[in-house]
Amino acid sequence: MSSALIILIIGIGTYLERLSFIGIISDREVPEWAVLPLRFVAPAVFAALVAPAVLLHDGSLVVSPSVNPRVLATLIALLVAWRTKSVVATIVAGMAAIWLLRAVF
Amino acid sequence: MRFNPAFVDGSKAVSPLLIGVVPFGLVFGVVAADSVIGAGLAYATSLVIFAGAAQLATVQLLDEGVVGVVIITTALIINSRHLMYSATLAPHFQQFPRWTRFALPYVLTDQAFAVSIVRYEDMTDPVYKRWFFTGSAVTMWSTWQLSTLAGVLVGAQLPEAWSLEFAIPLVFLALLVVTVKTRPELVAAIVGGAVAVLAAPAPYGLGLMIGALSGVAAGVAAHRVLR
Repeated sequence: MSSALIILIIGIGTYLERLSFIGIISDREVPEWAVLPLRFVAPAVFAALVAPAVLLHDGSLVVSPSVNPRVLATLIALLVAWRTKSVVATIVAGMAAIWLLRAVF
Repeated sequence: MRFNPAFVDGSKAVSPLLIGVVPFGLVFGVVAADSVIGAGLAYATSLVIFAGAAQLATVQLLDEGVVGVVIITTALIINSRHLMYSATLAPHFQQFPRWTRFALPYVLTDQAFAVSIVRYEDMTDPVYKRWFFTGSAVTMWSTWQLSTLAGVLVGAQLPEAWSLEFAIPLVFLALLVVTVKTRPELVAAIVGGAVAVLAAPAPYGLGLMIGALSGVAAGVAAHRVLR
């Protein structure tokens, strides 16, 4: 499957997810069985995107700051993210931390 | 040219949220332009998909050479939160002209949803509601298009030594912290992250999906147990 086709299908699928209940004429509500799982999609997906990107170094778990400074930089960014709830502050703190750690080690 | 006042209200309401959107868009553009799909398709995702987290995951998985079906499923799981937004907005949108009920969902985002649903608590006029949503959503859309386009154009010219690719997990980290408000959500995040690491060697790039689904299941279980 070509990249363009994959992107197109995701685009159509995403539009249909957005349209879903708005497109249905009756004001039907989200079925009960789906409400609870949908609440956990965002935290689960975001964590599943972050953890491997930070913890894995060439496919294996590495936390040593000299080999994989991303772990320590992420912990610093996590603290800033938790205190500020700001995307900008988190990026700035994390990038500053990784540059500093790369310079030190 | 004068804008409808409700449109301006929506535009103003969403503005503070754009402070986080611009750097995200720039980062996405920079990273995506540098990926295997190239600058053109990278920007096309902004027009066709128009959902930052899903765009970023899509580009990352395409770059890793993951199977198409898995990429599509993963992106649509990430975007499944729009089902909730759609259901919550539906009663309000029922009063809108038919064609706008099909056009406006294209620009439905986390940000437009958040500011609109808060304003809808105080407003009953369907015309005001329609223009307020349009104002917030179109402002968000334009900002995303411009910032991702700028990122794509600058993209390939930035030095690799800046470790800009590290900004991707940082964006997701910030989004993660905002979405974890209760203990079951924390459980969903911890299990989702841990399983994604363990499942990273899984074939077809299924690791992310396995991690995400495990996290959702753990969140549901935690909600049942902790209640």
